[in-house]
Amino acid sequence: MSQSTTSKRDGVARLLPEISYRRLGLYFVIIAFVAFFLSPIYTGLVTSLKASGAATTPFLPPTPGNFTLESWGQAFDQLARGFVNSFAMAIPSTILDVILGSTAAYGLTLVDWRRQMPVVLLFVFGIFLPYQAILVPLSDFWVNIFPLSEGLIIEGITIIPANERWGTLAELTITHVAYGIPICFLLFRSYYKTISTELVEAAKVDGASITKIYTRIVLPLSKPMIGVVLIYQFTQIWNEFLFSLTLIGSSSDQAATITLILSGIGADLSGVNFPLRMAAAFLAALPTIVIYVLFAEQFAEGIAT
Amino acid sequence: MAGSQDTVAGPGASGGHATETDRRERLRRFWKSDFVRSSPFWLIPLLLMGLAVYGGIIWNFLISLTDYEGFLQPPDYSQLDFEMYAQALADPAVFSTGRNTFVLLVAFTSISLILGLFLAILLDRDIRQKGAIQTIYLLPMALSFVVTAQFWLWMYNFENGLVNTFIGLFGLGPYNWIGDPQLVLGAVIFALIWQFSGYCMVVFLAGLQSIPNDQFEAAKVDGASIIKTYWRVIIPQLKSASVSAAVVLMIFALKIFTFLYAMFGTYRPPKGTDVLATLMVREAFNLQHWAYAAAIATILLAMGLLVVAPYLYYQYKARAL
Repeated sequence: MSQSTTSKRDGVARLLPEISYRRLGLYFVIIAFVAFFLSPIYTGLVTSLKASGAATTPFLPPTPGNFTLESWGQAFDQLARGFVNSFAMAIPSTILDVILGSTAAYGLTLVDWRRQMPVVLLFVFGIFLPYQAILVPLSDFWVNIFPLSEGLIIEGITIIPANERWGTLAELTITHVAYGIPICFLLFRSYYKTISTELVEAAKVDGASITKIYTRIVLPLSKPMIGVVLIYQFTQIWNEFLFSLTLIGSSSDQAATITLILSGIGADLSGVNFPLRMAAAFLAALPTIVIYVLFAEQFAEGIAT
Repeated sequence: MAGSQDTVAGPGASGGHATETDRRERLRRFWKSDFVRSSPFWLIPLLLMGLAVYGGIIWNFLISLTDYEGFLQPPDYSQLDFEMYAQALADPAVFSTGRNTFVLLVAFTSISLILGLFLAILLDRDIRQKGAIQTIYLLPMALSFVVTAQFWLWMYNFENGLVNTFIGLFGLGPYNWIGDPQLVLGAVIFALIWQFSGYCMVVFLAGLQSIPNDQFEAAKVDGASIIKTYWRVIIPQLKSASVSAAVVLMIFALKIFTFLYAMFGTYRPPKGTDVLATLMVREAFNLQHWAYAAAIATILLAMGLLVVAPYLYYQYKARAL
């Protein structure tokens, strides 16, 4: 009993010199920044739970009489179609991007052939392209030259039935795959550069083909990076807006993605319905927030590369 | 290639038979080379990405040389000229949006970098709950521009916004952040810094963690203060992290459209925040001035190249790609 008390006291005594003013100041600044980064999200959350039109102090939670989930229900009704569309577009394009990025990075990193650097540079430059530079041809292509929304029939065989909604989403999916390849390529390449070449060389000496080395050695080793790229790329595509706006155009369209619907929600001539907007913003962000909180480390890794 | 042609064209002294087997041997070796054998892995992604990116850029440039307007008839590629570029250079809207683009680029990039560096140094100092704090600082990066724009529209609300409430505690304001052309660009930049400084922090943290601890110890032994140690010893080593973060931020600043559209709800943001990227999208998708929009897009691309090309060249030379 007494022994434990002394040890406890020792513990406190050992802690004391650490609590200097400098350290207190450090924690104060860190917590102030926590408040700074959370404040827009926090004020959005409390607002979304208040009855619309209730002009109260922006940082106080709703009073019991003022509390309502009505905005969340309304937001969900309006966003439901966008959820379906965004998942239908983001899941296949993310998976295809991971596959294409990984194979490209393998063929241009672990298989070492001469003069591959120009090809690598072509991929890497694609990351830094301002999308505005391809928007006009992109919409020209999908509207006038290859309108998937009008269906795709080759020699009498219907490959894609004419369907405004799913055809447009297919266009959007292909667009996202094409422009997502460069960043996925770079993420995989930076990871493959850290894989010891001895393993690959040894397999080569043993007579393993390039394909076999990929499926038997590189792919199993890629697991952690596949996770990083899946998380990063899904977030990017889910959050994307400009391609949706240019290829779909209006938030009332059947194919409208969640970001497109969100951009127009809760605004009319009488003003902005902020509780509805805030609730909708949270709902639209929910999949990415869940993924982010669960896999923050992988997300940070994707971003830092 | 040149070699094989020589053998084929050379005088047949060694006999046609020998050159034939020679050529076959070369062809066989070519088909077995790593270049050909690895091509199934990178050729499809290269074609898809290449057509979308480089095909798109070339096509965009071609359209910018036409007079393409509306979608009613296809662009006339028989008459190409630089008329749209002349029009753009004479357009006062291009000048003012270019100036706003520049202000946003410089202010957003430099402040985000400085704040990110400051946050990274704070978190590098043996902090409790470091992981959780880092997650909170980076959280805005996981959110869409459309989502963060909604939050900040509410933050800047004249009557009920948190920003005016907060500065009101110090006897300032309230200011009409969105409505005042003098303030709105600053408000947008501030919100973007909120979203991106966590990204800078992550890049700098990775750089800081690669610096061995004994450098701090050595500086301590020499009696250098913490600030001096960072300024003289640590920060100079973060050069490559700073450069890559700066490039990413500048490209974001150049193409920033979504945040402005989502915040203000129209193709035309309020006076003071119109940038080249919003002007381009408005000319294309609101006014259907396709050729003119394509010309502005090319100007934007050229500005991006000015930032990216030296960076990629430097990375290439340093064998960092």
